[in-house]
Amino acid sequence: MNLELIIAGALLIALTFYVLTGGADYGAGVWHLFARGARSRAYRALIDQALAPIWEANHVWLIFVLVLLFTAFPPAFTAIVTNLHIPLTFLLIGIVMRGASLAFRYADVPFGELHTQWDRLFALASLLTPFWLGVAIGTIVGGLPAVSGNFVATYISPWLQVFPFLVGLFTVVLVSYVAAAYLAVEAVDERLIEDFRWRAIAAGLAVLLLDETVLLASRNGAPILWDALTGTAWGAAVQFGTATAGLAAIVCLWQKRFRWARLCIVGQVTLTLWAWAFAQFPYLVPPQLTIYNAAAPTLTLQWLLLALGVGALLLFPSLYYLFRVFKQQAMFGHDDPPPSGEQRRKGGHT
Amino acid sequence: MPDLLAARSLMAMSLGFHIIFAVVGIGLPLMMVIAEWRWLRTGEEVYLTLTKRWAKGTAFLFAIGAISGTVLSFQLGLLWPGFMAWAGPIIGLAFSLEGFAFFTEAIFLGLYLYGWRRLSPAAHLGAGIVVAVSGAASALFVVLANGWMQTPRGFRIVDAQPTDIDPVAAMLNPSGLFQVPHMILAAYAATGFVVAGIHAFRLLRDPDNQFHQRAFVIACVVGGVSALFQPVSGDILANVVAKYQPAKLAAFEGQFSTESGAPFRLGGIPDLEQGRLRYAIEIPYALSLMLYLDPHATVAGLDAVPREEWPPVGVVRTAFQIMILAGIWMATVALWGAWLWWRRGSIVRSRRFLQTMVVTAPLGFLAIEAGWTATEVGRQPWIITGVMRTAEAVTPMPGLIVPLMFFGVLYLFLAAVVAWVLFHQIGSSPREEPLRRNRGETRPKELTVRAYGTEKKPE
Ligand code: HDD
Ligand code: HEM
Ligand code: HEM
Repeated sequence: MNLELIIAGALLIALTFYVLTGGADYGAGVWHLFARGARSRAYRALIDQALAPIWEANHVWLIFVLVLLFTAFPPAFTAIVTNLHIPLTFLLIGIVMRGASLAFRYADVPFGELHTQWDRLFALASLLTPFWLGVAIGTIVGGLPAVSGNFVATYISPWLQVFPFLVGLFTVVLVSYVAAAYLAVEAVDERLIEDFRWRAIAAGLAVLLLDETVLLASRNGAPILWDALTGTAWGAAVQFGTATAGLAAIVCLWQKRFRWARLCIVGQVTLTLWAWAFAQFPYLVPPQLTIYNAAAPTLTLQWLLLALGVGALLLFPSLYYLFRVFKQQAMFGHDDPPPSGEQRRKGGHT
Repeated sequence: MPDLLAARSLMAMSLGFHIIFAVVGIGLPLMMVIAEWRWLRTGEEVYLTLTKRWAKGTAFLFAIGAISGTVLSFQLGLLWPGFMAWAGPIIGLAFSLEGFAFFTEAIFLGLYLYGWRRLSPAAHLGAGIVVAVSGAASALFVVLANGWMQTPRGFRIVDAQPTDIDPVAAMLNPSGLFQVPHMILAAYAATGFVVAGIHAFRLLRDPDNQFHQRAFVIACVVGGVSALFQPVSGDILANVVAKYQPAKLAAFEGQFSTESGAPFRLGGIPDLEQGRLRYAIEIPYALSLMLYLDPHATVAGLDAVPREEWPPVGVVRTAFQIMILAGIWMATVALWGAWLWWRRGSIVRSRRFLQTMVVTAPLGFLAIEAGWTATEVGRQPWIITGVMRTAEAVTPMPGLIVPLMFFGVLYLFLAAVVAWVLFHQIGSSPREEPLRRNRGETRPKELTVRAYGTEKKPE
């Protein structure tokens, strides 16, 4: 196996981690939008409690993706940041607004009425950020031809298309789905569990639907994806796998086997991301830049790999520790046998 | 406004914004850990209160540091794709290592802030130490990357492309190696002085408040010791600049013509037309002496480089002078504090000293902003000294004035809210805490890093 392939793998793993952790934090923010009515305070408390200790660590995965991209595949990075300047700027604004509103809400300061405004900003930014991330990904799959045309052709028309926007929408629903499942596991209050169970089921159905829609749209929007997923045996197998995981997740949610549901969802999301990655393999940015022709010189890759290896030895135990301390029950507890509520109450967050 | 200027201003703005939070993210965890250590050693509640309050500040400012840093990571590419395409493989290693430092910092800060009741005291203190070390490590790596832009190495140029790239040689560049201690000391000095100033302000009104006394002493020690070493590390750094970036040094010093036995010039107005510095106070031979330990050594002037490769002399020199004056002043105040300690055994009793500390409080941050302005604007017109010009690196994207304005407004807004939050966090002296808590803030209690063991103030 050659170096560039390993590093591309690390890139994909980092992105997967980002979607499954950082992405879910955005998803939790999206549910904030719906936190109305009698239980809204309990909702917010749950969401806040779930996010507070970990969101910053989760966010670093994104930085990591960026850094790996510009270190190991600089031409791909350059192509993306140049052509996608505008959507990436929107993404950035979303990140700033989400992070800032979260920080301001957690700062123990009597904002009074303003707290509601921060809540709104937080929810809105949580919605927009994954959307623009999805748009960026959708545009990349669709391909970034190196046009040196006019402004619109270079900076706007690549992303202002149906397909990227569908991918954006899909991303929002996907992260909300993941978040709902996590929150259903983490909630202690029986009514909240029910709420998030239903939300997860609804979002799960929406994901399945959008999955197919995106696939259909890719026929025109991202032929490379369409060809791989519909024209090859592995493509069909992956589709089958994703759909099975998705359906299994919904069944588990139905039966209140939340930990199993979460496992299925994690599998489903991972498969979705990896299907995309393998479909455009070996391209990083179709139609020109591949993992091979965009790779940095060997020595850089070697050192990078060494750094990643040593760093991983530090990172994963630390992450394990973090989640062990704060997500003890949620991560490492057992799925309740027929839900009795009692056991949940004992563990969980104190 | 031309796009290049807009890009440069936007980058400068984002960096100038981020550095404030980054510096606090390096300095405050150190003080917080010292306070916690004192608490474990002495068992005095007041240290615990102090630890929690500094932790609260760290938590809040870290979050803003994280988002402003994210903006920077994107803007490196959004604004300077030409630079990143070229330099990514060379300095990417430093950024990757920095990424791991971010991870450990964020992870252990989470553990520290929300783990009071879940970790053993030793583990908790350990988490704090990891946060402090990771903060310094982030600075280490990113400043090494910056140093490479000043003194690039670790590659050969063939056909305008870098070949034979050696990322480790690139990371261990001379400028970076000497910038790192200067930057980390600067972070401790600036945070120490600001915090000391705030507590000095409180002590002037409330001289017997134990909480503020303890806080003031810790902050003074951290800030003062660093401020004493800062001129030394700065002088060594100036040698590196003189060696590798003579045009920049000449701009720093207002040295228009190459001269032996060069004086050190304070103040003055650079006259670019005539090529000299007017109305400056000169200390004869001092510059040659400081740089080369030889009063007759030759110092290269701006005349040694072609005119179009001069950095903007006015800005660079002004910024540099501000840093130097601030540095000398801070070191002097630190010496005074040391003297008070030695002669009177206490630094919290002298009103004059407390007043001076209040006035000195912002100087560290001022010096940091000024020092970076000197460093970065002094690098112009190069983005990579001698290799690539800033104009070649900028994005082809037109209309950069729009993001410039937008981010300008955004930063102003964030700065205003941050100031307001800090005002409230700091404004509530520990004894007011119970009052405020009763005012019915409806926040889940897990989320707030509360101060326990509220100190009752003896009236
Ligand atoms: C608390 C802040 C602070 C203080 C008191 C000083 N500095 Fe400084 N200085 C910085 C904070 C700083 C900085 C903002 O952190 C810089 C920017 C780049 C760097 O690494 O550190 C810097 C850069 C910097 C440079 C330019 C490096 C380059 O271009 O590569 C020189 C020559 C000095 N300093 C010299 C000094 C001297 C001689 C000082 C003593 C009086 C001094 N500094 C005090
Ligand atoms: C001398 C300059 C810099 C120093 C000393 C510095 C230091 C730090 C520190 C200590 C943090 C931790 C967050 C905090 O405590 O506030 C941080 C965060 C960050 N910095 Fe900087 N930084 C510098 C410049 C940059 C630059 C140029 C970039 C980008 C290219 C950058 C990117 C980031 C990012 C992405 C984070 C967020 C990490 C997280 O999510 O936790 N920084 N920086
Ligand atoms: C955080 C402290 C820093 C401050 C306050 C700062 C300040 C500035 C300023 C004022 C400029 C504009 C210079 C001009 O165009 O006249 C600039 C440009 C730039 N800086 Fe820094 N800088 C800092 C650290 C860094 C670091 C650590 C890096 C990279 C590793 C970096 C990378 C750049 C780049 C790429 C540019 C744009 C190109 C250029 O204008 O030369 N800076 N910075």
